[in-house]
Amino acid sequence: MAAIELSGVVKRFGPITAVDRLDLEVPEGICLGLLGPNGAGKSTTMRLLTGQALPDAGELRVLGHELPADSKAARAKMGVVPQLDNLDVDVTVEDNLAVYARLYRVKDVGAAVDAALDLARLRDRRRDAVDELSGGMRRRLLLARGLVHEPRLVLLDEPTVGLDPQIRTELWTLIGELKARGTTILMSTHYIEEAERLADEVAVMTKGTIISRGHPAELIAEHAGRQTAEIYAPPQRLTELRTEAEAAGLRVRPAGPAIAIVGSERARDGAIPDDAVIRAATLEDVFVLLTGEEAE
Amino acid sequence: MSAGARTMRRLEPAAIAGVMSREAANFRTYWKGTTFSSVLEPIVYLLAFGLGLGATLVDEVDGVPYIQFVGTGMVATAVIFSSALPAMFGTFVKHRFQNTYEAILAAPVDVEELVTAEMLWIGLRAGFYGCFPLLVTFAFGLDPAWGMLLVPFFAFVTALGFAGFGVAMAATVAKIDQFNYVTALCITPLFLIAGTFFPIDGLPQGVQVVAQVNPLHQLVELVRGGAFGYEAVDLARFAFLLAFALLTWRVAVSRMSKRLID
Repeated sequence: MAAIELSGVVKRFGPITAVDRLDLEVPEGICLGLLGPNGAGKSTTMRLLTGQALPDAGELRVLGHELPADSKAARAKMGVVPQLDNLDVDVTVEDNLAVYARLYRVKDVGAAVDAALDLARLRDRRRDAVDELSGGMRRRLLLARGLVHEPRLVLLDEPTVGLDPQIRTELWTLIGELKARGTTILMSTHYIEEAERLADEVAVMTKGTIISRGHPAELIAEHAGRQTAEIYAPPQRLTELRTEAEAAGLRVRPAGPAIAIVGSERARDGAIPDDAVIRAATLEDVFVLLTGEEAE
Repeated sequence: MSAGARTMRRLEPAAIAGVMSREAANFRTYWKGTTFSSVLEPIVYLLAFGLGLGATLVDEVDGVPYIQFVGTGMVATAVIFSSALPAMFGTFVKHRFQNTYEAILAAPVDVEELVTAEMLWIGLRAGFYGCFPLLVTFAFGLDPAWGMLLVPFFAFVTALGFAGFGVAMAATVAKIDQFNYVTALCITPLFLIAGTFFPIDGLPQGVQVVAQVNPLHQLVELVRGGAFGYEAVDLARFAFLLAFALLTWRVAVSRMSKRLID
């Protein structure tokens, strides 16, 4: 049984279709990265899965429960780590965890709080108010709060958005530990590196639907080939090179001040300038080619 | 460890208790300030009106010393100020600024349980704070009476109604400053025509009709019944308060569902 099954799901907000005939299956035990630009429909998909948005069409099933009818039972078995920090800042670390242990009907609240404190490495700060914690500690606590009931499925909604690199790395370590336990994870992100590092499979989402899915290496091989040539030159020269490469059937994407010729191993001799930087193709190349958006 | 595969019911006590435990955890961090203002404000009113007017313009109303008349009426003032206002502002802030409800609703808690818990918590708090003016009035010669033992319960039921009203308003307004309209158009008039400071039978006929459907007026009369003797009509007054609480509960659930579920 898949942990998540979505079939033909549509969600509209007035004239805007946020989720458009979305089909998505997440098998148990994997970490699926839902990668897409802002406005792709990732957060709406997350809200549909937690029953905070109701579909206009389609079928949703989470851990065997039909949504939205049986959403409450599904929510009891899943944990959610939100994009925004919504901890109770005046309340102690342990009380924040205890409240959610109760909301999830955990029988031994004390033991669950202790386990979550260990996971977040906050045992020695348990009696401090959240306000007194550093940004990284707060993020770890937010993650631990979503796991206090040991859920079978965890939804991570942009878990590291807006965080500095050090805190992001701390979070990735914790998410890695969660993966190692066999917990099913659906993680929305618009950070390429995050998806590459953590996800067993990546689904690229844009305009409310998934346009490609697979293991990062498979996606790269399928859409970007083996290597990419980055060319730095004055704008006019870049325009000429782009036109030539596209005429030769190669795919070109912007790369900040440069252009990147994707799948450059297929270029004929002399088509790639000698001063081009040749590197292995990445998921970022795939993302930009598929979504037309600059990656972060 | 979690609820597992069992079917989950509507209005689960565990969900309601969980939400209330969050309120209690937060309350422990700010109870001093809230208690101070909730207790002091009615006392200031009591002293200003009871002693001020009582010493200069009014000796007694219907045979009751004016300060005792005001003191018993002030229970209603304490109740509305410690229920409607926290429900309005607290709910709005938790929803719009703190994203608290997004986190709670991601757990096995429905909007109906969330609203019910918020109302119960505010009701309990306001029921407690509502008794303080009565206790202060003892110092001004009000004799304790057995009937007063029901006052916390009446205050609780009335506070439930105004908590529901506040939650519904929080789910209706677009911006926090729009509460100024609610306060000016609803809260202040209800507070003034409750019969707290003067009997409503001296008011123009139209205003009297409005006062009769004012839940605060029913509470004022019930508290005075507790202090000076109940009448048969008090049963109807209590039924009215129950109906008010039930109505605002359903409206609050409906409004919050529209606000929280896309």
